[in-house]
Amino acid sequence: MSFFQKLKSKFKQENQEEVSTKYKKGMEKTRKSFSGRINDLIARYRKVDEDFFEELEEVLITADVGVNTVMDLIDELRFEVQRRNIKDTMEVKEVISEKLVEIYYGDDNEEIEALNIQSSGLSVVLVVGVNGVGKTTSIGKLAHQLKAEGKTVMLAAGDTFRAGAIEQLEIWGERAGVEVIKQNEGSDPAAVIFDAIKAAKSRNVDVLLCDTAGRLQNKVNLMNELAKVKRVIEREIPGAPHEVLLVLDATTGQNALNQAKTFSEATDVTGIVLTKLDGTAKGGIVLAIRNEMNIPVKFVGLGEKAEDLQKFDANAFVYGLFADMLEEQAES
Amino acid sequence: MAFEGLADRLQNTIKKITGKGKVSEQDVKEMTREIRLALLEADVNFKVVKDLIKRIKERAVGQEVMESLTPGQQVIKVVKEELTELMGGEQSKIAVSDKPPTVIMMVGLQGAGKTTTTGKLANLLRKKYNRSPLLVACDVYRPAAIKQLETLGGQLSMPVFSMGTEANPVDIAKKAIEKAKEDHHDYVLIDTAGRLHVDSDLMQELTDIKELVNPDEIFLVVDAMTGQDAVNVAESFNEQLDVTGVVLTKLDGDTRGGAALSIKAVTGKSIKFAGMGEKLDQLEAFHPERMASRILGMGDVLTLIEKAQANVDEKQAKELQEKMRTATFTFDDFLDQMSQVKKMGPLDDLLAMIPGANKMKGLKNVQFDEKQLAHVEAIIQSMTKKERQDPSIMNASRKKRIAKGSGTNVSQVNRLLKQFEEMKKMMKQMTNMQKGKKGKGFKMPFNPF
Repeated sequence: MSFFQKLKSKFKQENQEEVSTKYKKGMEKTRKSFSGRINDLIARYRKVDEDFFEELEEVLITADVGVNTVMDLIDELRFEVQRRNIKDTMEVKEVISEKLVEIYYGDDNEEIEALNIQSSGLSVVLVVGVNGVGKTTSIGKLAHQLKAEGKTVMLAAGDTFRAGAIEQLEIWGERAGVEVIKQNEGSDPAAVIFDAIKAAKSRNVDVLLCDTAGRLQNKVNLMNELAKVKRVIEREIPGAPHEVLLVLDATTGQNALNQAKTFSEATDVTGIVLTKLDGTAKGGIVLAIRNEMNIPVKFVGLGEKAEDLQKFDANAFVYGLFADMLEEQAES
Repeated sequence: MAFEGLADRLQNTIKKITGKGKVSEQDVKEMTREIRLALLEADVNFKVVKDLIKRIKERAVGQEVMESLTPGQQVIKVVKEELTELMGGEQSKIAVSDKPPTVIMMVGLQGAGKTTTTGKLANLLRKKYNRSPLLVACDVYRPAAIKQLETLGGQLSMPVFSMGTEANPVDIAKKAIEKAKEDHHDYVLIDTAGRLHVDSDLMQELTDIKELVNPDEIFLVVDAMTGQDAVNVAESFNEQLDVTGVVLTKLDGDTRGGAALSIKAVTGKSIKFAGMGEKLDQLEAFHPERMASRILGMGDVLTLIEKAQANVDEKQAKELQEKMRTATFTFDDFLDQMSQVKKMGPLDDLLAMIPGANKMKGLKNVQFDEKQLAHVEAIIQSMTKKERQDPSIMNASRKKRIAKGSGTNVSQVNRLLKQFEEMKKMMKQMTNMQKGKKGKGFKMPFNPF
């Protein structure tokens, strides 16, 4: 069975049609340019030679995959091509997607990375990231989903800096029908989170989602503030925060790697939320982060609606990237 | 940091070549590959990189580089020139309409920083041009977006026009302009909702607003951290709306900001302003040359000098120089100097602007702790006048008193005294070195090229 067929049958098997349709639709723009360009490349080159690799390199870089990761990938491809004695570019296509999936999966097999929610007691999720990536919106969507799953949810308005941030979270709280713990604008975020934990404990809440102000990762003082917030959570509940989610904008380029590194240093990021993937951005940076940092992607934002925040699924993601190719293969 | 500057990487390539005595075409090829990777790592769009490399290759293979004594530095210079040229001249002017009010529309993707930039721009218009802007909240989609603009308006004590989230953005814009005429505002800044450039309904809404209010400026607000996709975004917005300029935001981060170059190269629209911080007065004119240095990871000496000029009192500086020369520099002068440096901004920011500073041993990964500066300040302030003038009178009991007064301990006081003595020695050496170069009070100890 070819690799594509395997991937496709996997979807059928697990009855994931619905999920993959969402990915397919959300990543339409991404896919068109990405797989379109790989197809175009393969059509133009009959033979696998240096020029072919150079152009492939370009296609991948345009997807924001990142120079280092691309270099690794191309090296591996070269090796594979030699080993399997591949001369025809059509065959390379399969190897390319194979390698891409390999990077996505990393070392943790093929499991979907679920949110680490305790079966009993309070789970605290801290959400961090630079300005304007969609932290508050992602929290709103997450709250909506967790509530739909039957969990009791509470939100902590830890962004006390940006104008209107608290109100924004309150509106999301109203929409999802969950309580929001807040203080005045300009108050100490650690204090807000402290209050929220007390409130969540006394009201037997399952999940507390903590919003924080956006901050650029090179602002040392602001990063220290974030570390303090985390310390407060750790002190109040042993083992918490159960998740630290770094929200990344899919349009971000190589700086996302710096973000992942610095935020991890300050708060031990456990997962990534990749937002705004429904534009033309390819989110290739996910590959780079996976390759260099080994932080799993847990959610992807594929649209504006609450249910458009999807659990990340590498299979579905790659299916989204290569949907055109898959269908072509199935027909032939 | 994940990225070394282009300068470092090129130096390594050059090192391999220098032994040969002659730069071959193969060497140039290797160099251009390094340049290409560096530019791609800085998020410059790959099409733009391709064109650039072609031109650089032509110039590099030509005599210009081959015959120079330092081909490596020459190549960097060529690259920088090309980059600067691509980004065009400085253009931070804002249109003024013959028939007030002048209307400015802010557009862009979600989270680019439109609302914040609207506030900053209004502040700039009032402060620098003495205008009276009206802020208009047309983002009816994102929760609390109107509230955000209202809060900013409150901070600036400027009026904000809004009609709630039920109104149609086109209507809001129309009514806002009527209101501006009534109240004699000479600028109207329209904040619109963030939208994806592929969302045709929302893009149409922008076109509708544009046709109705006929804006004098349409600013595309772009996040400086944007990757390869910046080109697609800018192209779509430009095709649909024919934007008049670009505002680059979040440039105070550590991104190299290649997006800037891509946008200019593809749309031909100049970048007018850059957002340099979270405060409302941190919107600055965009400087192409400095951006070129930044993309190449070469530091930003010009900004540093400008900051120094803006914040340092010239007369004081002269006095200080005289004191340095005669070695009569006292702790009082030291305090003065510290407060001047502090005015220039956070120390890490200043350090980042010095080319090569990130390579210097000891300085690498140094995070300046502003609190430590406060300690130093406290120690000096706990000294008597006499002690500040003449630290040599310092004895154990004086030190103990100072430590107590400043909330530090004697070893900290000792350390400061020692550092101060060393600084004085160094100053003397430096001023001696500069003798004979009269009239040139300020000389860069290093050359960016």
